[in-house]
Amino acid sequence: MAFNIYDFTTLTHNIHVGLAESFSPFVATTIEWVIVGVVYLLFVALFGLFLVYAERKVCAAFQQRLGPTRVGPWGLLQTIADFIKLLMKELIMPRKADWFLYNLAPFIVIIASFLAIAVIPFAKGLQSLDFDIGVFYLTAVSSVGVIGILLAGWSSNNKYSLIGAMRSGAQILSYELSVSLSLLTMVVFAGSMQFSTIVEAQRDAWFIFSGHIPAIIAFVVFLVAGTAETNRGPFDLAEAESELVAGFHTEYSGVKFAMFFLAEYINLFIISAVAATVFLGGWMPLHFGNFESFNHIMDFIPPVMWFFMKVLSVIFIIMWFKWTFPRLRVDQILTLEWKYLLPINLVNILLMALVVLTKFHF
Amino acid sequence: MKSFIEYITSIFKGVWTLLVGMKVTGKYVFTPWKHVTHQYPENRDTLVMFERFRGEVIMPHDANNEHKCTGCGICEINCPNGSIEIISKSIITADGKKKRAIDQHIYHLGMCTLCNLCVKACPTGAIVMGQNFEHAVWDRSKLTKVLNQPGSKISEGIKE
Repeated sequence: MAFNIYDFTTLTHNIHVGLAESFSPFVATTIEWVIVGVVYLLFVALFGLFLVYAERKVCAAFQQRLGPTRVGPWGLLQTIADFIKLLMKELIMPRKADWFLYNLAPFIVIIASFLAIAVIPFAKGLQSLDFDIGVFYLTAVSSVGVIGILLAGWSSNNKYSLIGAMRSGAQILSYELSVSLSLLTMVVFAGSMQFSTIVEAQRDAWFIFSGHIPAIIAFVVFLVAGTAETNRGPFDLAEAESELVAGFHTEYSGVKFAMFFLAEYINLFIISAVAATVFLGGWMPLHFGNFESFNHIMDFIPPVMWFFMKVLSVIFIIMWFKWTFPRLRVDQILTLEWKYLLPINLVNILLMALVVLTKFHF
Repeated sequence: MKSFIEYITSIFKGVWTLLVGMKVTGKYVFTPWKHVTHQYPENRDTLVMFERFRGEVIMPHDANNEHKCTGCGICEINCPNGSIEIISKSIITADGKKKRAIDQHIYHLGMCTLCNLCVKACPTGAIVMGQNFEHAVWDRSKLTKVLNQPGSKISEGIKE
C-alpha cells in the first residue's frame, strides 16, 4: 500500500478499494465509519490531553513558573494521570436535578465539537467531510454546543450554573455573528465555501497576505470572536471562577466533567484550525512568489507538520490573550460585540467586496 | 462627526493598550531563563539565597573560636517576644579586673519572628542573620540553640 506523507488521497483510496474488494458495500462502509470514528476519537482524546498540558505549561511560563514537572519527563504524563483520576471519580448528581437533560448535556457539547472537527483538512486528502458548504456547515454545527451548555446550566438545579449558562448563551450567540461574518469575508475573497478549495487557492500566497488589509482585520476579529466563542479568558465569565464557582459545569463530576473539559479544548483546537485554514493557508507550505529554491525547501516539510505548526501558533496566541487580559464584565462583552466588532465586520466585508471587484489583491 | 472620530480613535487606543499588555507578558514567556521559580529540593546544592534573606540568628566565630559578644544583654531587651536569653558570667581579666562575659547566648528559634531588631541593636555586631532556612526538626527542644560555641571567648579589642 503506497504511503505518501505529502498526499493522503492515494492512501485513503487504497483503503477504500481494499475494503470494497473483500466485503460487501454495506460492510465496507461500516468498517470505514468505524475506522474514521476511532481515528477521530483517538486524536481528540490525545490532542485534548496535550492541549491541557500545553495550557498549564504556557500559563506557567506567563506567570514565571515552571508548570507540571513531576509526572513523567517534563511533566508530560501529568494530564494522563489527571484524566485517569477523573475517570475513577464518583458521578454525583444534585437532588432534584433534571435527570435526562443533566445526562444529555455533556454529550451534546462534545458531539458539536466532533461534528465541527470533521470538516477540518489536516493534509491533502486527510479530511473526512469535504463538501461545498464546508464553512457554512462548520458555523452551523459549532453553534449547537451552546444548547448543551444551556441545558447543563438549567438542569443542574443550581443558581451559579444557571447564571453561568445564561451568560455563556448570551455571549456565544452574540459572538457567533462575528465569527460567521469574518469567515464570510474570507468566503467572499476565496469565492468558495469548500475547505479543500480554500486551501488550494492559497498555494501561491496565504489569504492573510494576498487579502492584505481586509484579511488582516478579519483575522483579528476572528481571533477575538473565536476566543469569546470558546468561553476562554478574557471572555471566560461563563465559568468565572471567582464569581460562579465553575459556571455551567459546577455540578458535574467524573467523566461528564471530563467531557466538558475536553470539549472546551477541542473547541479551542477547532477555532485555531479554522483560523489556520482560512487565513494562514491550512496545510499549504509557506510560498513566496518567485523564490523557487525557498519554495522547494518549504515544500519539503510535510503538510501535516505545516498544519499543526500553524494551529499551535494560533493556540499560543489565544493562550497569550487568556493569561494577559483581565476578564470583561457582561455589559463590556456585549458592547465589544455589538458596538465594535459587528460594525467593523460589516465595513470590512464591504471593503473585501471592493478589493475583490477591483482585483486589488495579490 | 466628532463622536465618530472618537469611536475610531478609541478602537486604535484599545488595541494599543492590549498590545502593551501582551508585550509585558510576552517578555516573561520569551525569557524563560529569568523565571523566578526554583525547583527547590533539586537545586539544594547550588541554591544561593539573596543577601538580605533572614533565615536565623547566628553568631559568627573566627578561626580562634572567638566571637564579638560582650554579654551586654541589649539584644535580649530589644527582642519583642523573648526569643533571646542571655546568661552572663564574670571573668577575671589578665590585669586582675572583674569583667562580665557571655556564658550562654540562648536563642529560641521556635519563637523568633526574624524581625532583625536584635541584630540592629547589637553594639558590637556579634550576631547576624544567617541564610539557612531548613529548620524542620522532629523535636521542639532542638529549636532552642546556644549561639556561642563551647569554649569560645570574646576576641581582643572589643570594648563594651
